[in-house]
Amino acid sequence: LQDQAEQFFRSGHTNNWAVLVCTSRFWFNYRHVANTLSVCRSVKRLGISDRGGHLEWLKCFCLIFHSHIVLMLADDMACNPRNPKPATVFSHKNMELNVYGDDVEVDYRSYEVTVENFLRVLTGRIPPSTPRSKRLLSDDRSNILIYMTGHGGNGFLKFQDSEEITNVELADAFEQMWQKRRYNELLFIIDTCQGASMYERFYSPNIMALASSQVGEDSLSHQPDLGIGVHLMDRYTFYVLEFLEEIHPASQTNMNDLFQVCPKSLCVSTPGHRTDLFQRDPQNVLITDFFGSVRKVEITTETISLDGDLAGFESKLPKDELATEPLKYAEQLPVAQIIHQKPKQKDWHPPGGFILGLWALIIMVFFKTYGIKHMKHIF
Amino acid sequence: QLAVPVAVVFAPGSVPGDLPRPLPFKDVQETEISVNVRTSVTSCYQMVYRSTTAQEEAALDVATAREADAALHPLQDASLGSLTVYVVPETSCLLPQGISVYVGKHRSALVRAGGGLATLHTRLRQLMQVMSFTDSSIAAALSDRMPGSQLGPDARRHLKSSLGYEITFSPLNPDPKSHAVHWDIEDAVNRYVQPVLDKLSLVANFSVDSQILYYAVLGVTPRFDKESSSFLLSAHSLPHVINPVEARLGSSAASLYPVLNFLLYVPERSHSPLYIQDKDGAPVSTNAFHSPRWGGIMLYNVEAPASPQASLPLHVYVDMVRVMEVFLAQLRLLFGLSREELPPEILLESPGNEGLADWELDRLLWAHTVENIATVSTTLNSLAQLLDKIGNIVIKDDVASEVYRAVASAQSAMAKLATGHLHSAFQASKEAVTSSERAFFDPSLLHLLYFPDDQKFAIYIPLFLPMAVPILLSLAKIVREARQRKKEPTKID
Repeated sequence: LQDQAEQFFRSGHTNNWAVLVCTSRFWFNYRHVANTLSVCRSVKRLGISDRGGHLEWLKCFCLIFHSHIVLMLADDMACNPRNPKPATVFSHKNMELNVYGDDVEVDYRSYEVTVENFLRVLTGRIPPSTPRSKRLLSDDRSNILIYMTGHGGNGFLKFQDSEEITNVELADAFEQMWQKRRYNELLFIIDTCQGASMYERFYSPNIMALASSQVGEDSLSHQPDLGIGVHLMDRYTFYVLEFLEEIHPASQTNMNDLFQVCPKSLCVSTPGHRTDLFQRDPQNVLITDFFGSVRKVEITTETISLDGDLAGFESKLPKDELATEPLKYAEQLPVAQIIHQKPKQKDWHPPGGFILGLWALIIMVFFKTYGIKHMKHIF
Repeated sequence: QLAVPVAVVFAPGSVPGDLPRPLPFKDVQETEISVNVRTSVTSCYQMVYRSTTAQEEAALDVATAREADAALHPLQDASLGSLTVYVVPETSCLLPQGISVYVGKHRSALVRAGGGLATLHTRLRQLMQVMSFTDSSIAAALSDRMPGSQLGPDARRHLKSSLGYEITFSPLNPDPKSHAVHWDIEDAVNRYVQPVLDKLSLVANFSVDSQILYYAVLGVTPRFDKESSSFLLSAHSLPHVINPVEARLGSSAASLYPVLNFLLYVPERSHSPLYIQDKDGAPVSTNAFHSPRWGGIMLYNVEAPASPQASLPLHVYVDMVRVMEVFLAQLRLLFGLSREELPPEILLESPGNEGLADWELDRLLWAHTVENIATVSTTLNSLAQLLDKIGNIVIKDDVASEVYRAVASAQSAMAKLATGHLHSAFQASKEAVTSSERAFFDPSLLHLLYFPDDQKFAIYIPLFLPMAVPILLSLAKIVREARQRKKEPTKID
């Protein structure tokens, strides 16, 4: 039993982090945001259940909590004015699953998703005023999952339609993370066109990479939704998430199974992976090492003895609290009035200076061109 | 190299017959601790042997070891890191039967003589390992930083050395309708926690918060056990308990220090009383468990009210002494100060309200100092490698001065360790870590200036090549004309 336990702990990590990045802007890139949010939801929802109890070692599989997920979304689809279903982001047609939900926490949003901020999050070179939720506070015992999606090319990934991150920069960032021991093991998943080019240049140890397509191939989207009007998901992410839905806490599925997800018949592109930098055999790497969270627990058997009465301290007797009436949430908006309001009539204003100037210009140009004698035709 | 000053004091009647030299004399014992194939740490015990002074004899002349310890404390020169060992005669009644070594609250110990010099030496060596550092603790402190060390991934379970820690106490009340929990945390913190933290303030800055969580439930349903008519949580379901709760725990948004959470769970009325069952099926006496590098949870059972018609909610006044005993014990375990692995002939004095003995503080300091120095060296190495690879990063002046300061502090820390001044060595190592982290994580060191060569060509050639064509042609024309002009005067006669 000791050996079995040793085997389970071979990965040696004590906490899990996830960095999920969507790099595309604009309404028609809805699917990238849906991809990222679905992965976020999967990572959070791979939840606790009662295990079979066949393991006597104290190992747990639980979800990664919000504080350990750094979510970067480059555009806001849920509140986009073109979204026919506001405050929702669907990942499946027929609007079955709203991945936006109630408790999504976007750490970097909109214009904050830049190459610089992404590299700062990874390497930790963040200005001191950044709050805790925007930092990757991993240590040498953290397993990190990095998921990136967007538009990419051979050796680069486009951020926000205005800048790019190259595979060399990414490899250097990972090397700096390794130098400072900011990760124990890293799983890098990328779903873009020609995604395999992004992991070609990695050279730091303990990195495993998966991509949705090889160099020269495009990653295709899965299905459009006629109600919303855009494609909802990318194929590779869709099939990966289907695969993850079947993972339960005690599952022994390893990385080799993840590599088989989405063959060419389903995905049209050929997914690729890279494991040469990883020290353990992918056969032994459990999916739950990256998509779940491990807690080691020990029973406290020692106590110290404290001297209860110390002279010199007076203890305050706990006061009996009077029963207070339950508090009600105060009405802040006159909701009834707002609902039944009619739209206000707008007052008419005379045209402003700009409009007048524009018309004057047009008239002058007209008469300059055609000559002043035409004026008598008008007046 | 780590040096520990040790003073061995012989009470009258305890001097072994086969001493190599007459008292007082000095001796140095060195051992090598090898961390990996290439690096090793030398531990050097500087022993001073002498006989007791009159005051010490008077102090040793009391009834119990504890009083002796208290009496001897003001007489020692107890700087951090040093040890004093008093050897008492075999027949002395200070030490109870069967105990040959007694370790006090401060930095001294009493050893029973007998059996000659060899046994004395072995006892002394054992004692010194207990009170300062062992091979494995130093190797464990360094293992993360050194590649290829022998220890497995589980070795480093204790908290990493950090400049500060945030401690949070949270009672969880899943059933506020039945239990109204009153806990006087401020008083308990001032009385019990603050003395421990004051003692540990040398090691790091501590900040303490508390919060109360309502309607926070455990992730597992406990089983009802008919024999004891109580609910049981088995040991292997404990890990599931933490995570649903942790998602709701708040933490200070501004501080970046590691957080230690101590939770007190008051079970619901329908699940009371609730006990934790260990692997053998016996209920755990403390009813608490902890998770390395995270914190601890204790279950606090409320007695059922005497009459079933008692008005709800029941007012629960938490017994802070019992709770704090467990939490402080968990705090010690999280820091790695456990008292379990000792042979039975050594008796350890309980540290009382201070929470930890002076020599335990020394143990922490030794481990943390070594770890800090290793951290500094790897950080500065990686910074240097980064600068080698990416040539066009600009190093600002203050980053450079931080690096210089880090190097100077690290060197002074190592020098002080070699001479045995633990306190100043630790302070120097803390400064070194602060400076090196500030230098490495300076926001200005981002390497976005990096352009691979092929990108440079790809950007600049389409711009400059078309512009360059007329310029080059004109230059060629000028050169040709100049040459022609030079030739012409010679042609015209």
